[in-house]
Amino acid sequence: MNAAASPRALDVDALIDDLETRVIVCCGAGGVGKTTTAAALALRAAERGRHVVVLTIDPARRLAQAMGLLELDNTPRTVADVDTSEGGRLEAMMLDMKRTFDEVIEAHASPEKAQQIFANPFYLALSSSFAGTQEYMAMEKLGQLRAQAEADPDGWDLIVVDTPPSRSALDFLDAPKRLGSFLDGRLIKILSVPARAGGRAYLRVVSAAIGTATGALTKILGAQVLTDVQSFVAAFDTVFGGFRERAEHTYHLLQEPGTAFVVVAAPEPDALREASYFVDRLGSQGMPLAGLVLNRVHTSLAEGLSAERALAAAEDLGESGGHALTAGLLRVHAHRMRRREREGALTARFTSAHPEVAVVSVPALAEDVHDLGGLREVSGSLAKAAVAYGV
Amino acid sequence: MPAARADRFGAAVDDWPSVRLHVVTGKGGTGKTTVAAALAIALAGRGRRVLLAEVEGRQGLAPLFDVTELPYAERHLVSTRRGGEVMAVSVEPKAALLEYLEIFYHMGRAGKILEKIGAIDFATTIAPGLRDVLLTGKMYEAARRRVGGKYVYDCLVLDAPPTGRITRFLNVNEEVVGLAKVGPIRNQAGSIMSLLRSPQTAIHLVTVLEEMPLQETADGVADLRRVTLPVGGIVINQVREPLLSHRALQDAVAGSLDREEVLAGLAAARLGGPRAGSGTGAAARGAARLQLLADGLIAQAAEHGMRVALEERGRKDLAALDRPTYELPAIPSGIDLGTLYDLAERLHAQGMA
Repeated sequence: MNAAASPRALDVDALIDDLETRVIVCCGAGGVGKTTTAAALALRAAERGRHVVVLTIDPARRLAQAMGLLELDNTPRTVADVDTSEGGRLEAMMLDMKRTFDEVIEAHASPEKAQQIFANPFYLALSSSFAGTQEYMAMEKLGQLRAQAEADPDGWDLIVVDTPPSRSALDFLDAPKRLGSFLDGRLIKILSVPARAGGRAYLRVVSAAIGTATGALTKILGAQVLTDVQSFVAAFDTVFGGFRERAEHTYHLLQEPGTAFVVVAAPEPDALREASYFVDRLGSQGMPLAGLVLNRVHTSLAEGLSAERALAAAEDLGESGGHALTAGLLRVHAHRMRRREREGALTARFTSAHPEVAVVSVPALAEDVHDLGGLREVSGSLAKAAVAYGV
Repeated sequence: MPAARADRFGAAVDDWPSVRLHVVTGKGGTGKTTVAAALAIALAGRGRRVLLAEVEGRQGLAPLFDVTELPYAERHLVSTRRGGEVMAVSVEPKAALLEYLEIFYHMGRAGKILEKIGAIDFATTIAPGLRDVLLTGKMYEAARRRVGGKYVYDCLVLDAPPTGRITRFLNVNEEVVGLAKVGPIRNQAGSIMSLLRSPQTAIHLVTVLEEMPLQETADGVADLRRVTLPVGGIVINQVREPLLSHRALQDAVAGSLDREEVLAGLAAARLGGPRAGSGTGAAARGAARLQLLADGLIAQAAEHGMRVALEERGRKDLAALDRPTYELPAIPSGIDLGTLYDLAERLHAQGMA
């Protein structure tokens, strides 16, 4: 990497040791090691004395097992084998999207209304199968965890959250606005009219445009579906307001100085493009960005020998016959150096576009992480890299 | 890499002759968009008219074909010598919904009213499941579109959502069938499911030989089979040839590579700096440098060996899924139109198209 593009180092230990840091949100494209990064940060913080809860969205099975997460039950559980000598603790949980949704309903609707909602076929589809609900529910859960932490002085002092693995990972930023425009919009009024007015009397009292719209909806959806939707919306009416309030609350929580966003990427074109998008998006929403974690960075164990020289030497050895083993080793080396150069160039492109973003790299491991030892190795590189970066 | 299987006409065997809708999924970072684009070119290479579609608004196809942006209008990308053609489209939910209302319900004006009251926004953003209904609906429409009794497109290639979301995405119409017991939307959803379950559809999974993508591929195949959606082939992408002999790989992993032999080779390649005789100090420094270099190379060989072993295990796991597999090489320099044609030829030679 050339010196001009050398970024500021992200000091992970300073971030997690700072008691003002209360929430760390890991975001980034799918497949870049976001969950592993979240778990590694949480483990390191706990072993350095913080009382941490980590909320994972969809962890790889073996990583989940390593943290003792055998079922998706929305309950934070203490992770065994964490070094607690510094007085810290680690709890981990997996998001249960449906249960989180149910909890919101229960908190805002009367028991009978809640039962009506739970029984509605639309609610079942919305809460368990429809993509996108995950984003809302992850943020809802974060809000809940934060409220719990505030209420209990012996509770968590750091919440680490993973975000759903999709392009729409930042959809939660839009949630309050969307819900707001929906609530203030006319659709919800139209949909709630028949239930309120009873029967078809509404046709006489509403405007022609609304009549047309309802007619159109009936034509598309069929009368039975429209009735289901209408009774769903009517029952949901009371909940929506609370829903919006909570979403707005979480949104503001995310803008507080106690929150730190960590964007996770790998040194690949797509992942870095997504990282750029996240950085811009967070900036424009006034969300506090701690920095970029660059996972799976390839290094070389023989930096002094360039790819070109290694390949030339391998060719020489090939021509003279013999030393096939050394020639092979030199080719392996040349591939690694090339890869390292490509990754360096991609990273330099990112850092020259975003010179203000602090970066830390984590070297590629030969195998995926599936135990606490592996997580410690990752968190060790996260912290060590901060010292060595740019030297 | 499997050898080309040629039929008597010189063209490679086609593993999916009856398939009209090729759905390409894969874990993020495995190159599913590249594979979808290469597959579309390969199909066009057989003389077919192909629509290549992306549905996540990522504009991932545009840079591959060196165009600035794909609009929500089918546009021509490439033609092939045998009369085939690749058209491409980036399907955008809101436009798809308005179009859908117009085509199926002749509701131009009511569509505008629905937009005005926020129903369109609701349908495409607040209830994201409906987004999937619209996107799959658009695929169905394009697959069935006819002019003068003939299909406009012989084949569709869908750059689909990633493996973790694919079953939910394709099966969304099943949910709709469950919700709407009668009525036009149920009929529509039912027809889409029939197409997706038919032999005209194949869902291909792209993977690389790494642990997480392999696991997701196995999970994805199981999920698709559970809801009886037709699993197509598996494309092993970014395959790298081993750089060491089988024996050397084993020794490297076991830590038993012949260090003296490596040192002798490095000395023969004159990588230690000044040769012996140019002064004892320099020679000693040269020897020390060689030792360090040899240790570095041996350690790197061990990591390479571990990776190759992991890849071998991955291939075995994939074989257990009992689907045709196709392999594509790693393209370190990045993908452009030239490499896409090369990848397309490789898919063709292996019988994928």
